[in-house]
Amino acid sequence: MSLSTDDVAKIAHLARLAVTPDETGALKRDLSNILDLVAQMDAVDTADVEPMAHPLEMAQRLREDRADREDRRDDYQANAPAVENGLFLVPKVIE
Amino acid sequence: MHDKTLAQLSAALQARKTSSVELTQHMLRRIKELDGRLNSFVTVTEAEALAQALIADLRIAAGQAGPLTGIPIAHKDIFCTREVRTSCGSRMLEDFVAPYDATVVARLEQAGAVMLGKTNMDEFAMGSSNETSHFGAVRNPWDDDTVPGGSSGGSAAAVAAHLCVAATGTDTGGSIRQPAALTGITGLKPTYGRCSRWGMIAFASSLDQAGPMARSAEDAAMLLTAMAGFDERDSTSADRPVDDYVGALGNDIRGLRIGIVGEFMDDGLDGGVGASVQAALDELQRLGAELVDVSLPNAHLSVPAYYVVAPAECSSNLARFDGVRYGHRCEDPKDLEDLYKRSRSEGFGAEVKRRIMIGTYALSAGYYDAYYLKAQKVRQLIADDFRRAFERCDVIAGPTAPGTAFRLGDKADDPVSMYLQDIYTIAVNLAGLPGMSIPAPASDGMPVGLQLIGDYFDEARLLNVAHQLQLATDWHQQAPKGFE
Amino acid sequence: MQWETVIGLEIHTQLATQSKIFSPASTAFGAAPNTQASLIDLGMPGVLPVLNREAVRMAVRFGKAIGAHVAERSVFARKNYFYPDLPKGYQISQYELPVVGEGRVEIVLDDGVVKTIGVTRAHLEEDAGKSLHEDFHGMTGIDLNRAGTPLLEIVSEPDMRSAKEAVAYAKKIHQIVTYIGICDGNMQEGSFRMDANVSVRPKGQAEFGTRAELKNINSFRFLEKAINFEVERQIELIEDGGKVVQETRLYDSAKDETRSMRTKEEANDYRYFPDPDLLPLEIDAAFIADVVADMPELPDARRARFESDYGLSAYDADVLTASRAQADCFETVAEVGGDAKLAANWVMGELAAALNKAGVDIDASPVAAGALGKLVARIKDNTISGKIAKDVFAAMWAGEGDADDVIEAKGLKQITDSGAIEALVDEVLAANAEQVENYRNADPAKQPKMLGFFVGQIMKKSQGKANPQQVNALLRKKLS
Repeated sequence: MSLSTDDVAKIAHLARLAVTPDETGALKRDLSNILDLVAQMDAVDTADVEPMAHPLEMAQRLREDRADREDRRDDYQANAPAVENGLFLVPKVIE
Repeated sequence: MHDKTLAQLSAALQARKTSSVELTQHMLRRIKELDGRLNSFVTVTEAEALAQALIADLRIAAGQAGPLTGIPIAHKDIFCTREVRTSCGSRMLEDFVAPYDATVVARLEQAGAVMLGKTNMDEFAMGSSNETSHFGAVRNPWDDDTVPGGSSGGSAAAVAAHLCVAATGTDTGGSIRQPAALTGITGLKPTYGRCSRWGMIAFASSLDQAGPMARSAEDAAMLLTAMAGFDERDSTSADRPVDDYVGALGNDIRGLRIGIVGEFMDDGLDGGVGASVQAALDELQRLGAELVDVSLPNAHLSVPAYYVVAPAECSSNLARFDGVRYGHRCEDPKDLEDLYKRSRSEGFGAEVKRRIMIGTYALSAGYYDAYYLKAQKVRQLIADDFRRAFERCDVIAGPTAPGTAFRLGDKADDPVSMYLQDIYTIAVNLAGLPGMSIPAPASDGMPVGLQLIGDYFDEARLLNVAHQLQLATDWHQQAPKGFE
Repeated sequence: MQWETVIGLEIHTQLATQSKIFSPASTAFGAAPNTQASLIDLGMPGVLPVLNREAVRMAVRFGKAIGAHVAERSVFARKNYFYPDLPKGYQISQYELPVVGEGRVEIVLDDGVVKTIGVTRAHLEEDAGKSLHEDFHGMTGIDLNRAGTPLLEIVSEPDMRSAKEAVAYAKKIHQIVTYIGICDGNMQEGSFRMDANVSVRPKGQAEFGTRAELKNINSFRFLEKAINFEVERQIELIEDGGKVVQETRLYDSAKDETRSMRTKEEANDYRYFPDPDLLPLEIDAAFIADVVADMPELPDARRARFESDYGLSAYDADVLTASRAQADCFETVAEVGGDAKLAANWVMGELAAALNKAGVDIDASPVAAGALGKLVARIKDNTISGKIAKDVFAAMWAGEGDADDVIEAKGLKQITDSGAIEALVDEVLAANAEQVENYRNADPAKQPKMLGFFVGQIMKKSQGKANPQQVNALLRKKLS
C-alpha cells in the first residue's frame, strides 16, 4: 500500500494538520510502511467474525438526571488562550 | 532508605523508625542530585510533597494511617493533577494545569501517598522508548546510552533508580510492561475497566489502562489496592469488588498451570532474553508450577490490528486539542483553519501526527471496512485465542519485550521497528486482559522482563505468582550502578 | 412539465432533562456564557461521558408514541469534524444502531384526507455550543452552555409532497413531543429545529431528484416559505437547463430565500465509529414497560375520546387537543363546570381570545382552569347568564377574585324568581301598550323579531339579571 502526495494532503486536512512539502516525502514513506504492516491482517479470513469494539462485555450504565449548578467558569477558563466576557474567542467564523 | 521496598518503608513509618517528611526529603534530594542524568521527572512538586508528608506524619501519629500513608510516589504526567501542570509529554500541553484530579491520583492521595512530582513520558503515551517526549528523552539508569522503554519511561526509570518508592503508569499497548522490563522493575497492567480512566488523558480509549510500577509484586499489590475500583464517572469502569491482592500473595502456586505460548518463543526473540525468560520459567517449575504449551495462533496479527485501532481512536481523542479552550495556540491565526492547522502542527510531535494521520485514514470514507472493521474482527480472534488458552492454563508466561534496552536513536527513524517492541504485549491490551512484567535474570548486565498474563480480573493470581517467584529469587532486587 | 416535490424532514428536539446527556451540567436556557459548561462539555483532557437515564427514557417514550421498534441494543458513535462550537472535535451521536427504529404518524390534509408519514428512525445525540458573531475585535465568541444538551433527532421518510404536508408533519411531531413531555417545544429558544431535504422530479418519475438540505429552520411559517422558495428555485434551475447540486442551504427569512451555506465546497467525511468511551445501550422489556406505564394519553387518542365521551364536534375536539395544556384545561373546566359543550365554547372562545390578546401561554393564564370551571358552573346552574358571565370573566382576568366573589360583589346574580320576573314583564308591557298592539296585529313571521324589543327592555330594567329563558316564556304567554 503506498499513499500519494494527494492522499497525504487530504488526510492532513481532515485531521487539521499542516504538512509542509518537505515533510510530505517522509510521511508518505512512514505511513505507507505502517499500512504495509497493517495489511498483514488481510491474510486471515474474518467473514464470520463479530467485530469487537470493547474488551468487556458490559452494557452502558445510566446516570440519574440530576443537575449540578456549580459555576466554575473562571477556573475552567484559566487555561484558555483567548477569552472575553466569558466567551472563548476564535478567528471570525463565516457562515 | 531509598533501597527499601514500599512494604518495608510502610512498616518503618508505622513503627516510627522514620518519618514521611524525612523520607520525602531524602527522595527529593535524590531527584535533585541524580535526575539530571535520567530526565525522568518533568515536574517536581517539592513544596506540595513536603506538605503532604507532614500531614501523613500527623496521621501516622494519630493512628489513622493506612499502608500507603507517607509513601513518596510519582505520577506519570498523563494523569490530571489539580494545580500541578499536566503536560502529557507534549508541547501542546506545556502550560496546561488541569482543573481537577484524575481518579487514580485522588485515590492514592486519599490513601495517604505523597506525590513527589510528574514523570516524563512519550508524547501522549505514543512511543516505546520515551524519545517522543517534548521534554527530551529519558535515559535508562542501567546504561545512560540506552532507552528506558516507553511510554511510561519516566516512571520506570525513576522507580529503577530509586528516585521514588513507586509510580503510576498507563499501558495502551505495553507502556507499563515494556519499560518495566527494560529497567528491571515490576509493572502491572490491570484488566481493562479495573482502574478508572477519569482524568487519564486518553490515547486509545478501548485499550488504555492505568497500573502500578514498583520494586516488587508485593509493592505493586499494595499500590493497586488503592488504585483499583469502580468509578461512576467512567462508563467503562467495572462495577465489581476489588480482590484482596495483598492477602493472595502468599498462596501456594504448586500445581498451578502456566501456559507457555509457542508463538512467543520464536526467532523474533533475542537469544539472551530467551535464555533469561527460560531460566525464570524453570524457576516457576521448580516452585511446583506445571508448564503447559498453549497457542495464540492470531497473536502475530496483534501489532497490525493495534496500529489501526489505537491510531483510529487517537485521531478522534486528540481532535479536542484545537487551540480554542486550552493548550497551545499558534501566534496570530489568520482564520479558523489556520488556527487549527498551525496550533496542532506546532503542538504535536512527529509520532503523534503520524498516528493521527493513520487513524484518520483508517476511518475515512471507503477505508473503514478494510481497516477499522477488519481490525475489530482480528481483535475478536485474538481475544478468542486467549479464551481458549485459559481453558488449558491459569496464567500465561513468556517474554515482555523481544530484546533488552536498545540505544537511544536506534529505532527513532523507523516507526515500524519501534512498533515491534510491543509484539508480545499488545495482544493483552486488545483482549483487555491483565498483564504484568517482572524481572527475569539479566542478560549481559541489562534487565529482562518475564511477562505474566492472567484471565479477566485475575490480578490477584498474577501478583501471587510474581511474589512467589520474587520470594525465591533476587532478580528484582538488583539496582543499577550509581543508584544503589 | 408537471413537477412533483419530495420532502423529508430531520427534526432536532431538545429533550427536557434537568442535566445534559453526558454530563451533570444544567440544561437551563439563558445562563451567562459558559457558566453551564462542565469539564465534560468543555472536552477537557481526561474527561469521560456517562449517559443520562432520563434522556434514554424520553427517547423510548417517543418511540412508543409513534409505534416504533425500540432497539434492545443501540450504539453511540462519534461523528468527527472540526468546528469551534464542537469542543471535542466530534459529536457523540448514533449512527448504525439508533435507539428508535421505524415508526409512523398520521397527518390530516386540508381536504380532510388522512396521510401516513413514515419515521425512519430517531436517535440520541448531543447538541453543539453556539458561535456568537457580534464583533469581538473581528473574532467570534464561543459559548458552550448548550454543548451537551440532549437531542432526539427524528428523521422522516421522504413521504411529503408539498410544503403544507411538511408543515402538517412538523406540527404533528411538535404536538407529540410536547404532549409526551419530552420537549418544551419552544422554537424561539431553539428547542425544536427543523432541517428539510427538498427535491423535485417530473411527475411519474420513480427516482428522486437531487436534494438540497435546508438547515436550521425554527418556525413552521419559515419552513413553508423556505420549501416553497427552494422548490421554485430547483424547478427554474432545471427548466433553464441547470442541475441541482446536493448541498446544504440556509433559509434567510429577511430576504425570503435560500442560499448555499459553504463558500468553499468541501466533502464531509465524518469518520463515524463506535464511541469507545461508551458501551452499548441495552434496553430491556422492563425498562420499556416502565416508560409505557408513565405514558400520557396521545393526541389522536385524546381527540377521539373528546368526540365520544364529551360529544364534541370533530372540529372542536381537534382544536382542543392541539396542545396538551389546552386539552388538560378543557377537561378541568368541563369537570368543574359540569357541561362539556359550555366548557369547550369558553376555552376556545373567551379564554383563547384573552390569552391571545395578552400574549400569554395557557399555562400562565390569570384565570386558571379550575376558576373557569366554576364560572361555567354558575352559567350551568342559572346563577348568571352567558352574557353576564363575560363581564364576570373580565373581572376574574383583572384579578378581582373568583366567579362567586365577583357575582356577589357586583350583585350580578340572575333573577329567577318568577314573581319578580312577571312583575318586570307586566311593567314593560304596560309602558309600551302601542308596541303590544302592533305585535298582536303583526304577521306571525315577524313576531319573533319584534319580541326582541320587549326582551331588551326587560333585560335593561333588570340590569341583565333576569333569566332570559324565563323572560321569553312569560312574554310569549302574555302576548299570545
